[in-house]
Amino acid sequence: MDAARRHPVASLLIGFLLLMMIFSSISIVPETRQGIITRFGKPVRIINRYKDGAEIGQVGAGIAFRIPFVERVDWIDKRVRDIEMDKQQVLSTDQLRLEVDAFARYRVVDPLRMYIRARSTDQFEQTLAPILGSQLRNELGKRPFASLLSPEREGVMGNIRQGLDRVARQYGAEIIDVRIKKADLPDGTPLQSAFDRMRTARQQEARSIEATGLKKAQIIRAEADAEAANTYAAAFGKDPEFYNFYRAMQSYETTFLGVNGNKPAQTNIILSPNDEYLKEFTGR
Amino acid sequence: MFSDNKGPWGSPPGSGGGDPPSGDEPAGPWGETPKRRNRPDPVSSLDEFLQRSRGRFGGGGSGGGLGFGGGPSGSLIFWAVVAVASLWLLVTVFHRIAPEERGVVTRFGRYSHTLSPGVGLTLPAPIDRVQKLNVEEIRNIDIGSAAEETLMLTGDQNIIDIAYQVRWLIRDPEQFLYELAEPEETIRQVAESSMRQIVAQVTLQDAMGVKRGDIESRVQEEMQQTLDGYQSGIAIQGVAIKQADPPAAVNDAFKEVNAAQQKAQSYINNANAYALQLRQKAQGDATAFDKVYEQYKLAPGVTKRRMYYETMERILQNVDKTIVETPGVTTYLPLSEIRRSTPRTGGQ
Repeated sequence: MDAARRHPVASLLIGFLLLMMIFSSISIVPETRQGIITRFGKPVRIINRYKDGAEIGQVGAGIAFRIPFVERVDWIDKRVRDIEMDKQQVLSTDQLRLEVDAFARYRVVDPLRMYIRARSTDQFEQTLAPILGSQLRNELGKRPFASLLSPEREGVMGNIRQGLDRVARQYGAEIIDVRIKKADLPDGTPLQSAFDRMRTARQQEARSIEATGLKKAQIIRAEADAEAANTYAAAFGKDPEFYNFYRAMQSYETTFLGVNGNKPAQTNIILSPNDEYLKEFTGR
Repeated sequence: MFSDNKGPWGSPPGSGGGDPPSGDEPAGPWGETPKRRNRPDPVSSLDEFLQRSRGRFGGGGSGGGLGFGGGPSGSLIFWAVVAVASLWLLVTVFHRIAPEERGVVTRFGRYSHTLSPGVGLTLPAPIDRVQKLNVEEIRNIDIGSAAEETLMLTGDQNIIDIAYQVRWLIRDPEQFLYELAEPEETIRQVAESSMRQIVAQVTLQDAMGVKRGDIESRVQEEMQQTLDGYQSGIAIQGVAIKQADPPAAVNDAFKEVNAAQQKAQSYINNANAYALQLRQKAQGDATAFDKVYEQYKLAPGVTKRRMYYETMERILQNVDKTIVETPGVTTYLPLSEIRRSTPRTGGQ
């Protein structure tokens, strides 16, 4: 006590140093990271290592101790991370091109190996992205175009995942999943010809719909005609002779007088006194 | 390395406990407040406290703090520190968790437990930390829009322009916080890949029309399965296809189909109208004939003559008539003459 009061500056300095020692010997390990403790560069232990199936909060994270200035901690992500790949052109066995965009999800299961081989997850991701691309090209290139559209069906994705996992294991990572995000036709000719095909298919459909409509209309008319003819025949057939007369009368009226206000062309009728109509006129 | 660890400890002002050598400021006022009420003598209680705290920090505190209690300014500082510390405690010990929230508590970084709605108690801040997450809010991710084309290949190798929305919420706050590096980005990627996968299994017509609902539910299922595989703690509430159209480049051709359908329908309508008209007319004519025929049968000769004369009357009263005695004249009658005379008669 007295010593401290006599040398306030010195005691302050010592206190500060001690504090620094304490702090630098304690590490707070969050749930999301795994730490590699190295002593002068030599890895000595791993804290909060990922264990499959372990409950959150049971082990690992929390306070970890280390020897100040001698040991240092490097952190590796514990969570599921993703590797994104640049677009890849895949050539199918039937020589059609497809532009594929995929991603992989992985988790670091052996942080030490990751630390030694790749230093950081970023580095690892950069290394693995092209490998993912070539795996994809290899697997998909063995198939015809039609099956490229849904590669999930034939377990292709499983093959790619396994292939990539073999590589990733060397870095202490486990590939959880590989999925194709996009599979498009490349811009330019392939896309244009697909559009053309769609367009002509539609046009064909349009024509056929129109033709079908016409056909149906024709049938409807013909049926109506037949039905009308039938109705007429049934009625008029009772007395063809009278029908002839009856219809002739109607016809004259239509021809000379018009129907529904339609005036017919001017008509001059030249009658002979011998005419049936004028027979009585002459008084014979 | 030091700065790495300093973060959670040193940042809060007056965060208690760790500042014994800081001169005349009282060391660690927290934990002291209740004692002051019981004992009237502040100095002795502080001494006791310092002794305890020295033990706690392994003798790290080399003294100091005895200069306090002398002047009025010292006491003012003391009370100010006490006030700040109590406020700090209040804020970091009591946590109000809203009904839609869950509070995930970590103790020195390690997950400890999850607070349910209500007031939750934890240890003060540098030790326990609470992260509040809203588990009821349904979040949306939109993929594709009306403005830009999102083209996708369908199972029949056609191309569709599709836009959709994914609704999701946090089902399991701990998993959500600790299992995925980029939850939102992950959901987006999984949504894109699932939609592509499902759309590649249906035809263009189905995707644009009847099977939309089916596609939505299948994508949701696929997404949920994938995200569960990541132990993401995310629940997909639904997938809604906002737009599923043919690409702009072929849209005209699709419109042609529509137009053709309209056209075909109008052909059929016209034919139906014609048929209806024709049938009615036939029936009308037939009925009229039947009626007349009934009359005719009663007195055939008379009826026939009557009809003949009536018709002739109607006709001849409205037309120009020329009666010629000798048949031979007819040949010399100039037709043009008759024609010329016609307008005159008509005009009169």
